[in-house]
Amino acid sequence: MRRIISVLMENEPGALSRVVGLFSQRGYNIETLNVAPTEDPTMSRLTLTTIGDDHKIEQITKHLNRLVDVVKLVDLSEGAHIERELMLVKVRATGAQRAEIKRCTDIFRGQIVDVGPSVYTIQVTGAADKLDSFLEAVGEAAIMEVVRSGVSGIARGEKVLSL
Amino acid sequence: MELLSGGEMIARALEDEGVEFIFGYPGGAVLHIYDALFKSCKVPHILVRHEQAATHAADGYARATGKPGVVLVTSGPGATNAITGIATAYMDSIPMVVLSGQVMSHLIGEDAFQETDMLGISRPIVKHSFQVTKTEEIPEMIKKAFYIASSGRPGPVVVDLPKDLTNPHDKYEYNYPKKVKLRSYTPASRGHSGQIKKAASLLLAAKRPVIYAGGGVVQGNASPQLRELAQELNFPVTNTLMGLGAYPGSDRQFLGMLGMHGFYEANNAMHHSDVILAVGARFDDRVTNTTSKFCPGAKIIHIDIDPAAISKTVNADVPIVGPVDSVLTELIALVRELRAEEPTLPDQDALGHWWKQIDEWRDHHGLWTAPRYDTTTPYIKPQQVIETLCKVTGGKAFVTSDVGQHQMFAAQYYKFDEPRRWINSGGLGTMGFGLPAAMGVKLAFPDADVACVTGEGSIQMNIQELSTCAQYKIPVKILNLYNGYLGMVKQWQDMQYDGRYSESVYEDSLPDFIKLAEAYQHSGVKVTQLSDLEEAMKEVFARKNELVFMDIHVDPHEHVYPMHVAPNGSMRDMWLNKTERT
Repeated sequence: MRRIISVLMENEPGALSRVVGLFSQRGYNIETLNVAPTEDPTMSRLTLTTIGDDHKIEQITKHLNRLVDVVKLVDLSEGAHIERELMLVKVRATGAQRAEIKRCTDIFRGQIVDVGPSVYTIQVTGAADKLDSFLEAVGEAAIMEVVRSGVSGIARGEKVLSL
Repeated sequence: MELLSGGEMIARALEDEGVEFIFGYPGGAVLHIYDALFKSCKVPHILVRHEQAATHAADGYARATGKPGVVLVTSGPGATNAITGIATAYMDSIPMVVLSGQVMSHLIGEDAFQETDMLGISRPIVKHSFQVTKTEEIPEMIKKAFYIASSGRPGPVVVDLPKDLTNPHDKYEYNYPKKVKLRSYTPASRGHSGQIKKAASLLLAAKRPVIYAGGGVVQGNASPQLRELAQELNFPVTNTLMGLGAYPGSDRQFLGMLGMHGFYEANNAMHHSDVILAVGARFDDRVTNTTSKFCPGAKIIHIDIDPAAISKTVNADVPIVGPVDSVLTELIALVRELRAEEPTLPDQDALGHWWKQIDEWRDHHGLWTAPRYDTTTPYIKPQQVIETLCKVTGGKAFVTSDVGQHQMFAAQYYKFDEPRRWINSGGLGTMGFGLPAAMGVKLAFPDADVACVTGEGSIQMNIQELSTCAQYKIPVKILNLYNGYLGMVKQWQDMQYDGRYSESVYEDSLPDFIKLAEAYQHSGVKVTQLSDLEEAMKEVFARKNELVFMDIHVDPHEHVYPMHVAPNGSMRDMWLNKTERT
């Protein structure tokens, strides 16, 4: 099962390599990963998605917690949460294709952020499966380049991950 | 206000931390530090002959005393040579602080002379690591390193020190913090009372209980509590390889070691139990055999300081995260409370039957109830060497070992009555551990008997430390169980590869160990006859101030038994000798 694990950690050199190293060392998968400082510049928030059964996920969270740089973490998929990913897609857009791609972008509430004579660069945000659907809708033939940020997430309601 | 250079700060911080020995080896990147040690440092430095030995010596010291061992090595090869010893300490949760030199800050990343990414190389085998980026940080970082290494589940911590930050000309204010706090690191300080209550009720409802105690009891100094609880309940106890001594070996309730080369009665008791109290043990693959067949009827209570150790390989029914000493203390109090209300618990009839069954197993194939090895061969049996060692030292020696058959024989046949006396590399299984570890132990306990049980394979992996022992007059006793083979490799080749001894035979290439010991300013004794063994060993141990190398020629074809049947065996599936299995 796919899980979103969000980690609050010290913004220290080497902290990221410890987290990533843990996954390769213990044979866990990382599907997506993103990391950036929080409102408190001494801390970073790392969000990763991984796939595993309950036992594996429990091991992952326990081992992450064991890292001295990790302050707190939460498995967002355990409760109600909001998941977002940002994607930039460069597509070949010529002739009738241009209007079609524009329509498709509107349907997915994306934005065309750069326009060239034969190219559009489109920004789409949403849950990962929405981005997958967009790519499918545009069609492989038109796609020149895809950049995805990896999943970010936050719990719904009052729950927060902070000190 | 006192101004010190980075090098001086390190020397002073080690004093302020109460460090008793530094095990190390100088080199370019740490010369400022070594100069500071030379000028003013009350902590004696032991110059080893290889950095791996520095880590093992510090490790041996830490295992015997419970205090963190301290290592100082230079950058590059100094640091990489220390890696095996750091990994050894990590696998067995041993507190250690490793100070490694690094090239000057501005050279980092430029493939400078003797540069290696020590933080990167050591990352998977340390509890934590730091790289100093400003000289002013040194005191606090060293304090943090000691705190992290020795609290919670202990482990090695690396502090990487770029050379420019130890420069004698740049001086800063020195304050050694009394305490440090890390917001991201708070080891459990006590167990969950609700879980401890559940554990107490489960123990009192048990009909076929067994206590399975590991290295965590030794490291957590919970041996007295373990004894108290076991004796309060009259429950049988088995110790892991790392836990030997946590429960007294000569006590009636002790079943011996469990696991791959565990005792028949211990493995059977585990397999047939209905309640297992696991304390500071980690259900290692060398204990459980096939996990899906592990102790099918048992409810498991698991106490450990490290939540990640719980339900990792075998699911715990009652997990308790906390320091083993305080959890056991609470558990004892609760058990007593409950027994005061219902004195008939646990069911004494059932317990009586259980003990009867255990005694039958002991009589059938207990290693301590009768000799289970063949005494009709002309050779000295390795088991007899350990039995003799136990007798000659009154069961009170510190025994270090290397890795292989001799290690298992030592674990099986030396009756450890106290924790911290059995010093071996259990998790990583590091050959070459025994001699340097014995040095660390002997330095900490100069009046105690310290024996290094080893084999020709292992001893040669750190034989150069005989020179260190000569320099510092460290009179350990070495018992080399000479069989001319890599014994454990040969055993597996006998059992699983039709006796094809691929690269496990030394033929006539081994050195004369007596002459070798003499070359290092020590002496040696060779024993080939059983009739000479005890007398020779007594004489060796009577020579208190000398390192003596005992080269004892043993049966080259002996195997370690019992041995778990694998793959797909359960705890109770064992080979009992070369032809008989359960």
